[in-house]
Amino acid sequence: MARGALAVLVAALGLICAVGAQAQEEAPPAPHQQWPFEGVFGTYDRAALQRGFQVYKEVCSVCHPVKHLYFRDLEELGYSEDQVKGIAAQAQVADGPNDQGEMFQRPARPSDRIPDPFPNDQAARVANNGALPPDLSLITKAREGGPDYAYAILTGFKDAPAGFKMNPNMNYNQYFAGHQIAMPPPLSPDQVKYADGTPATVPQMAHDVVSFLSWAAEPTLDERHRMGFKVFLFLIVATGVFYAAKRKIWSRVH
Amino acid sequence: MAAPPPGVPAAGSSVGYGRIVRWIDYRLPFVSFLEHEFVAYPTPKNLNYWWNFGSLAGLVLVIMIVTGVVLAMHYTPHADLAFDSVERIMRDVNYGWLLRYIHMNGASMFFLIVYIHLFRGLYYGSYKYPRELLWILGVVILLLMIATAFMGYVLPWGQMSYWAATVITNLFSAIPLVGDKIVTLLWGGFTVGNPTLNRFYSLHYLLPFIIVAVIGLHLLALHQHGSNNPLGIDTRGPQDTIPFHPYHTIKDSFGLCVALLIFAFLVFYAPNFAASADNYIPANPMVTPNHIVPEWYLLPYYAILRSITFDFLGIPGKLIGVILAFGSILILFFVPWLDTSRVRSARFRPIYRWVSWILPVDVIALGWVGASPPAGIVVTVGQIATFYYFLHFLVLMPLIGKLERPRPLPISIGTAVLEAAGRLGAAGPAEGN
Amino acid sequence: MADLAQSQVTTGHDGGTRRDFLILTAGALGGIGAAITIWPFIDSLNPARDTLALSTTEVDLAPVQVGQRLTVAWRGKPVFIDHRPPEEIKAAQEVDVSSLRDPQPDSARVKKPEWLVMIGVCTHLGCIPLGNKTGDDRGPYGGWFCPCHGSIYDTSGRIRQGPAPLNLIVPPYEFTSDTAIKIG
Repeated sequence: MARGALAVLVAALGLICAVGAQAQEEAPPAPHQQWPFEGVFGTYDRAALQRGFQVYKEVCSVCHPVKHLYFRDLEELGYSEDQVKGIAAQAQVADGPNDQGEMFQRPARPSDRIPDPFPNDQAARVANNGALPPDLSLITKAREGGPDYAYAILTGFKDAPAGFKMNPNMNYNQYFAGHQIAMPPPLSPDQVKYADGTPATVPQMAHDVVSFLSWAAEPTLDERHRMGFKVFLFLIVATGVFYAAKRKIWSRVH
Repeated sequence: MAAPPPGVPAAGSSVGYGRIVRWIDYRLPFVSFLEHEFVAYPTPKNLNYWWNFGSLAGLVLVIMIVTGVVLAMHYTPHADLAFDSVERIMRDVNYGWLLRYIHMNGASMFFLIVYIHLFRGLYYGSYKYPRELLWILGVVILLLMIATAFMGYVLPWGQMSYWAATVITNLFSAIPLVGDKIVTLLWGGFTVGNPTLNRFYSLHYLLPFIIVAVIGLHLLALHQHGSNNPLGIDTRGPQDTIPFHPYHTIKDSFGLCVALLIFAFLVFYAPNFAASADNYIPANPMVTPNHIVPEWYLLPYYAILRSITFDFLGIPGKLIGVILAFGSILILFFVPWLDTSRVRSARFRPIYRWVSWILPVDVIALGWVGASPPAGIVVTVGQIATFYYFLHFLVLMPLIGKLERPRPLPISIGTAVLEAAGRLGAAGPAEGN
Repeated sequence: MADLAQSQVTTGHDGGTRRDFLILTAGALGGIGAAITIWPFIDSLNPARDTLALSTTEVDLAPVQVGQRLTVAWRGKPVFIDHRPPEEIKAAQEVDVSSLRDPQPDSARVKKPEWLVMIGVCTHLGCIPLGNKTGDDRGPYGGWFCPCHGSIYDTSGRIRQGPAPLNLIVPPYEFTSDTAIKIG
């Protein structure tokens, strides 16, 4: 029975690897990056998240919404309540109707969602040559390869190889399936002036904004890892105790 | 008053608790029922760990129902709001992420455990006389689980939710004459949409309780003749059995701890391992994902469905695929009669013993086929694996049962246990089942 | 083998004659595990973060003229804000507190006398009293009047006549500046 089970386990693992391997198509798989939130003991690097938010706000938010984020969520990045109020107040959100029956704009509050750059999908397409910039709140969970893939896309822009036919308004990207992406390269060196003085190279900005987006997709990761550690500790002890108890009780039979 | 049943405190007991229990039990024999079915209930004393998976499945079902009911308090079953309500659960509801990940990965645990439980039954002949109905009820539970899981997956209304619903409901259009009408009825519209989502939500909430009822019947059938055991021979009396409590309560508790370790690893460290990234994209009826792939536990059926790429005798390949996919589960109903062996346990069946292991390997191969784009070698492997699957049940099971010479069975469970402990010589001649 | 068959169950809780540490520990761990597991389920029913984020409302009082009354929403309920003119304040302060059903001096109900902030829900059975909109019937005391069962409140929101047992409830609030308050 045990040998058979082993054979089945090997077959199952083979399947899992095969399923993982067939996920990419014409583009090469994204190279693996080191992320501080990876692994069983991973946590987010708050400094990177704040820099990443700055990149999102100054570069990406022009086209990409993050509709599942509220301004109040930014307190988790380490900003104080007042700082968050200040960040929120820089944005305008629609509210109303007022007593005259009209909708109006007002400064955002922490309890508001971070507003979309465009009023609807069609307006977004019109501003982007017919392409729809996807919402980024879940992007690192919504793509095979997750953060590695997002980083690869941001740093994978280059000139098309000789003989490669580019469609109009498209940009060559090494890691995008089909190699033609509607988004022009969003990052250029020193585009953003980091408050903490970190040099804003393209790899640095890509790393930071992907860290921010990973947090945006999975804000409860730190709590999940912490809880998991305690649960595991408890379960390992419990397994040991129950096994010993089982052996003790069954000694009457054996 | 007659002497109270076992487990109920005797009359004259000075304990007040005893008097209350006796009063209740005389009118509604709940305590003596529990005592009879879960405490003193005789179980074979040679059960191995493959017998843990039944109670484990029951416990995972409880976890699924409890997390499901609480999630239902926060979920909104409307096409425009469902996806966002799930994200709200993940971000804003206290411990919502935990409930969601437990429910999501619990489904995978449930199927993993049930498939192992099913294979245990196949290997040890637990479906044979007198447990045929026990087995059949189990297959009914499996069908209900598949329906429940399929509908549950639609609820988050991601890309995979929407398109898996579209593909699977479209299967019914293969039914001749009334197929399209049936599909329209299922959809409540002209495509999968809000009406579909609402009815799937209602049924997804309902079906688990029907599963509970069928499990009640399953346990009733089980307790009628008691559990099978690794030797496949009947228990002869108290010398072959031990009471369920404390032996199997503690053993099942230990098994639960091990299962929870695996479950906890998934929930806390790899919660999206079994998930499809596409389901984190809101459903878009205008865009089909590159690979529409069901959850892993449905992959083998999906592979069988897609393996029939040709028409046969005027019957469209699509219809044959549907028939075979459903047939791959329905054939399980007939296993008690397809297997002609007079010996239950594969331990004593030299040929079937290793042949039976090819089946899970075949099913895993089908799983790989189901997960891969249907091109090239994948298609061929899928067709061979589908062929073998039905060959196993329709040809190998009947033939091997008739042709093989089983090894001699031990006289009794007791002698086999002592023999294993080295205190007896070789067992005497076999005495049938 | 016969004695094995006859041997009855000796569980871990048979009157404490055989205390088995291991089994007790196992049982205790199981119980603790179950208790710890239950908490997230219960806590998930508590207000979620988005609900809590809306648990305070900030109100800019600058546009509210003397004599004007404003209704704002707070935690799903209406809150009456009254920029009281001197005659309303005087009427509120001159009432004999001991004659009230729910005795409360006006000073205990306001932080600044010209601003009265109360939850606009009648303490009888929960209707919203009239009096906050122009043209509403304010009742004989110039305060508020509940049309459902006739409860009458004065210019401090205290119950004077009718079935309501308590004064209109003052929510927790503070002045964040001279012209703004934060409720909740």
